[in-house]
Amino acid sequence: MLKVTIDDIPVEVPEGTTILQAARMIGGDIVPPAMCYHSKLKTSGGYCRTCIVKVEQGSAKDPRPMPKPVASCRTTVMDGMVVRNITSPENLEARAGVVEFLLLNHPLDCPVCDQAGECHLQDLSYENGKAETRYDFDKREYEPTDIGDKIKLHMNRCILCYRCVKVADQLTDGRCHGVINRGEAAEISTYIEKAIDNDFSGNMIDVCPVGALTDKTFRFKSRVWYTNPVDAHRNCDKCCGKVRLWNQGEEVLRVTARKDEFGEVMDNEDGSTAWICNECRYDKKNLSDWTIEGPAKINRHSVISANHYDTLKNIQKTTIKMMGSKPHGVKSELGAGPLDPNNQ
Amino acid sequence: MSKKLLLKNDHIAGINTLPVYREHGGYTVLANTLKNLTPDAVVEEVKKSGLRGRGGAGFPTGMKWSFLAKPEGIPRYVVCNADESEPGTFKDRYLMERIPHLLVEGMILSSYALGANTAYIYIRGEYFYVSRILETAIEEAYKAGLLGKNILNSGYDLDLHVQVGAGAYICGEETALLESLEGKRGNPRIKPPFPAVAGLYGCPTVVNNVETIAAVVPILELGGDEYAKIGIGKSTGTKLISASGHINKPGVYEIELGLPVEEFIYSDQYCGGIRGGRKLKAVVAGGSSVPILPTELILKTANGEPRLMSYESLGDGGFATGTMLGSGGFIVMDEDTSIVKNLYTFSRFYHHESCGQCSPCREGTGWMERILKKILDGKGTLSDIDLLWDIQSKIEGKTICPLGEAAAWPVAAAIRHFRPEFEAYVTNPDSIKDIKHYYRLQN
Repeated sequence: MLKVTIDDIPVEVPEGTTILQAARMIGGDIVPPAMCYHSKLKTSGGYCRTCIVKVEQGSAKDPRPMPKPVASCRTTVMDGMVVRNITSPENLEARAGVVEFLLLNHPLDCPVCDQAGECHLQDLSYENGKAETRYDFDKREYEPTDIGDKIKLHMNRCILCYRCVKVADQLTDGRCHGVINRGEAAEISTYIEKAIDNDFSGNMIDVCPVGALTDKTFRFKSRVWYTNPVDAHRNCDKCCGKVRLWNQGEEVLRVTARKDEFGEVMDNEDGSTAWICNECRYDKKNLSDWTIEGPAKINRHSVISANHYDTLKNIQKTTIKMMGSKPHGVKSELGAGPLDPNNQ
Repeated sequence: MSKKLLLKNDHIAGINTLPVYREHGGYTVLANTLKNLTPDAVVEEVKKSGLRGRGGAGFPTGMKWSFLAKPEGIPRYVVCNADESEPGTFKDRYLMERIPHLLVEGMILSSYALGANTAYIYIRGEYFYVSRILETAIEEAYKAGLLGKNILNSGYDLDLHVQVGAGAYICGEETALLESLEGKRGNPRIKPPFPAVAGLYGCPTVVNNVETIAAVVPILELGGDEYAKIGIGKSTGTKLISASGHINKPGVYEIELGLPVEEFIYSDQYCGGIRGGRKLKAVVAGGSSVPILPTELILKTANGEPRLMSYESLGDGGFATGTMLGSGGFIVMDEDTSIVKNLYTFSRFYHHESCGQCSPCREGTGWMERILKKILDGKGTLSDIDLLWDIQSKIEGKTICPLGEAAAWPVAAAIRHFRPEFEAYVTNPDSIKDIKHYYRLQN
């Protein structure tokens, strides 16, 4: 076991663990955000740079600090390594810079985006970004295109995390989905609008951290926070059949894979990853198709989870100042506002 | 200080052909080495020579070679990086065009030293005509038994291939080069693992610049110790410098490391002074990515010592008052040059060449270019200059490969040393338009 200290919290981890995984073992605020890394996809990570941390001491043997910030998702720990994430102001500043870069060409069309409410980029920018942009040029624009008949690609929203490319490489046959063009003009594409016809292509939607890839059977049906997520399963001969249903009343609006607190697709009991097939995802939209297990545990990446932005005191203060009342569900810390029903 | 090792025969007609190259001593080093030296002894000589990578980073070559993993039963590769794309650098082209056999001989020696039986020369797409020169040379070498099976009856086999890239700057980064060589999109890999452990096709690989590999020939000819006596301090040997810009004699010069910068610019043997008798304004000493230095800092260090053409002397003072030897792309600018416009050209280049893999470089390079365009158009504000500074600081060191730094350093250095010029563009845009240099056509 290797001993590593992250933000002054020591943890012992097996060899080969990355800094990010070690931080996740500790949990809480010190876990660096990750947009492109997905633990279930091989060779993912390293692209978005949001998970950068400062390594103050390389190892017990070689205590020199690392000269540059490192991507915690792709850097393995050494014995005696000392890492700073939220306790290093310069690291937070560097991360804010990365967030600014990611949002530079992002359309900020959250009000009409299906991902709103469960979008990692929303969370990232609320938690690590700045309120204003300094970019006063035109943003790059693309027309939305189709990837197969069930997936919509909004390239405007894409942050080029390469997760869907890894899904296409690792879960589906043939290589018909990738990145074309270079630099700022790089875009996700299927080769010449080639429709993706594959049983597992729908998992691209689940791994997409933003609203770039959305489920055409769910688009514009409902905001995600108006749905009730429940875990359910069925006997499927193609996949594990363990899914999450997003219901409104008796209606199944959407079917997705089950995701954990980091927004990653969960594991089955046997250790395999619970990817789901397109039949379960698109064609089984009746409650009678499924055996309901119970309400889904909602992770931090959803506004459905209570008090999601509880820690953002500034927003609360602003809201109270502007509205004269607390937003619903905010714990009373600043005293009840004049319009608070409990204050009557 | 006019020692020539690599280019001593470049003036001889027909030196690009095997018979003439052999007439002037070509491939004798190879024959002697295969007969008398073990591969480890060759590595030892290169270590003793103190040779440092000539591609830009200046990493000791012998050390790089000794890092190469040597697991049983797995092939090793030697790859020559001929993707010379740094603006202002054209030394490798000259070398390959004139004396292709020097590179071929160097490749055989390096591959022998590292135990590789397959080697590649990855050359940039724009050098398609140079690739033909190399291919002809390789063909000649095969016919003469210098390549292929059982080279010169030594029992050593080597196949040497030339692979032409598609003309992307990023493929000069060693891991992107390997990806491209494997037939994939030229995106840099995330390190570790380093190529010395898992490089081409996952096998241990050494990637070296053309000039580095060519320098192995004179090292083995002279012996490592003798080679180390040339040059100054830890900057041993000779270096090819591609001199360009407002000088009387642009071209490729072989210099002994340690030559004073002032002598290099003003001596008739080298650049021959500034064109038209104008004054020197600034120099980019090692290819477009290294920090630009104004006259007072390029001729003398901050301590007042004369600046020398060596890794240490050019690096003296860090980036605050120093720069880097880099790849040896020596760009000289006279007093009429607009630093802002020059920087815009560089930034446009890095924006165009960013691979788009990691976000700071993908988004930041385009942003910097647009701000510079805005300033050039006379629409900039003073806060734009601070913004540029902030953007470059947020790109530098946050990216997968050094392209981020390469894009950030020129911006940082130009603002550091020439801020008043940026301010002039912002506060008095009309006055800039009157300066002759800005529209040279009026001259």
